[in-house]
Amino acid sequence: MTAYLLRRLGMLVATLLVSSFVVFAGLSLAPGSPLATLSGGRSLPPESIAVLVERYHLDEPFLSRYASWIGNAVQGDLGVSISLRQDVSDLIAARAGTTAGLILYAALIMVLTGVGLGLLAALRPGIVDSLVVMSTAVVIAVPPFAAAILLIGVFAVNLEWLPAFGNGSGLWDGIRHLTLPAVALATAATAAIARVTRTTVRKEMDHEHVQTAVSRGIPYMTVVRRHALRNAAVPIATLAGMTTASMIALAAVVERAFGLNGLGAYLVNAALSKDFAVVQGISLVLVTAFVLVNTLVDVVAATLDPRIKLGRQT
Amino acid sequence: MNALLTVTGLTVRLPLDGEPRKVLSDVSLGIGHGEAVGLVGESGSGKSMTARSIARLLPQGAQVEGEIGYAGTDVRALRGQGLRDFRSKVSMVFQDPRAHINPVRTIGDFLTEALRVNRRVSRRVADGQAVRALEEVGVADSRRRLRQFPHELSGGLLQRVMIASALLTEPRLLLADEPTTALDVTTQAEVMAILDELRRERGLALLFITHDLELAAAVCDRTMVMYAGRIMESRASALLHERPLHPYTAALTAARPSVLRRVHRLTTVPGRPVSAFEAPGGCPFAGRCAHVEDRCRERRPDLRPLAGGEVACVRAEELHQEPAVTRD
Repeated sequence: MTAYLLRRLGMLVATLLVSSFVVFAGLSLAPGSPLATLSGGRSLPPESIAVLVERYHLDEPFLSRYASWIGNAVQGDLGVSISLRQDVSDLIAARAGTTAGLILYAALIMVLTGVGLGLLAALRPGIVDSLVVMSTAVVIAVPPFAAAILLIGVFAVNLEWLPAFGNGSGLWDGIRHLTLPAVALATAATAAIARVTRTTVRKEMDHEHVQTAVSRGIPYMTVVRRHALRNAAVPIATLAGMTTASMIALAAVVERAFGLNGLGAYLVNAALSKDFAVVQGISLVLVTAFVLVNTLVDVVAATLDPRIKLGRQT
Repeated sequence: MNALLTVTGLTVRLPLDGEPRKVLSDVSLGIGHGEAVGLVGESGSGKSMTARSIARLLPQGAQVEGEIGYAGTDVRALRGQGLRDFRSKVSMVFQDPRAHINPVRTIGDFLTEALRVNRRVSRRVADGQAVRALEEVGVADSRRRLRQFPHELSGGLLQRVMIASALLTEPRLLLADEPTTALDVTTQAEVMAILDELRRERGLALLFITHDLELAAAVCDRTMVMYAGRIMESRASALLHERPLHPYTAALTAARPSVLRRVHRLTTVPGRPVSAFEAPGGCPFAGRCAHVEDRCRERRPDLRPLAGGEVACVRAEELHQEPAVTRD
């Protein structure tokens, strides 16, 4: 296990290095000089230009610029926002909580509802199964922005059950404000999880070892839990993890739709106002989160299925 | 007859291509307390289906007729808790341990599951019993084995684990469905010896399913031969092996290669085995039998007593009079 984790850690660092390089190279690949990109096309007084050149080592070659940038980033220094004249790290820290909360909330909804519906469909062939299969087939095709518009229309405007705009204050109010966005973010993913759960649980129930458990007089629901769901957990966890990682990017859309003050919405704003240091900083944070979630998925899969580690070693 | 298990007139149909197809046809058998009964036949003859019917493990949609009685209870009427209690008194050993043991759970979990879930035995006590059970089936280093996963053990070891788990719940009847077929020959002999020894020690009744007539004869008190979902012959193992009554049994015995004889080509039973639903009217073996007559095809022969056993062949008496037809 230790060797496996160390190997995964090495791969994680390598992935982060490559992706941070791509994020950084974007600055040099953007049309115009890095200086123009950094200033966002604004005309700056010579003192400010000198500060930028000094801050971003613009007089140095590309690779050494990257080295000093990544060095600073590792220490938590992501540069300064051109438009707000504040540390990018502070700006990100102020908004990361909302995005993390939104994604965790959506992931929770996705796993609980998805696995629940999938199990129901797997174990109740006939009308229940057909209903789940048909409804998930429709829902899986609904992108988060469409779900967002629909949810705002029904639950916020017509029924007035939940707020549709802003972050709210305090824990309870915050959760109420996050509910519709989280549902919008989780809808299609929940349908995907439900379908995978249904298929894998069905397949596992047909396996011989399930018959062994039945032949020993183990109660039905215990057999389902200990043998079918437990073995189906590997593909379900893998899909749930990958979907959660993709929510990191999709969160931007949902945050914009619900006026949430999160990282994704801020990334869109920063890109529109050509605040490049912020775009770089947020991209780096999002990419890191994405890679971390994927690593976590692999580690969880290896914990759930003892055969995976063996496969890697041989 | 004071039997532990009695099966009377068992007929099973399974849905195949949307149609119910007969896989067992009027099977009757009895197993006494502590008795070992062998069930021999080719693939598709219905041996496994018989065991599955007894353990109530038939696939959904199976149509069952006939009676199955276990120690005075009607097995077919059991539901819910009663069925689970019955299943924990009748243990099953399956053919392929690698497929029949959950690959993502530990050996210890597999062994103690029934004890912990059904009998509410504590984990520590159950582990202790599992360690002793593994030692009994000759698995060394048993405490470490409990923490291992199935893929870390060889097939022979896994089948010993399966036998240990079957014995842990102290059953009175063991259904062994080709327990050694998936193992290599030397391991087969070891596993068979362990199974036989533990069974005798505990006075367990055994239904031993195999396609190996000689193995069944060596292990079991009585052996039954199945063909096309029917029992063709049932006799004390020694008699069956020496002087088979049914031409099918004789053909099976003749097909067994011997180290004493040098042959150009191994003897086989001509034709291919048929399932119950493909069997012609009359004797199902008629199409492959060397002694077939017109009357064989007219009516299906019933099992009837002959020479200390039972046989379903109209010509059994005359063939029995002739000197042994199969071996020199």
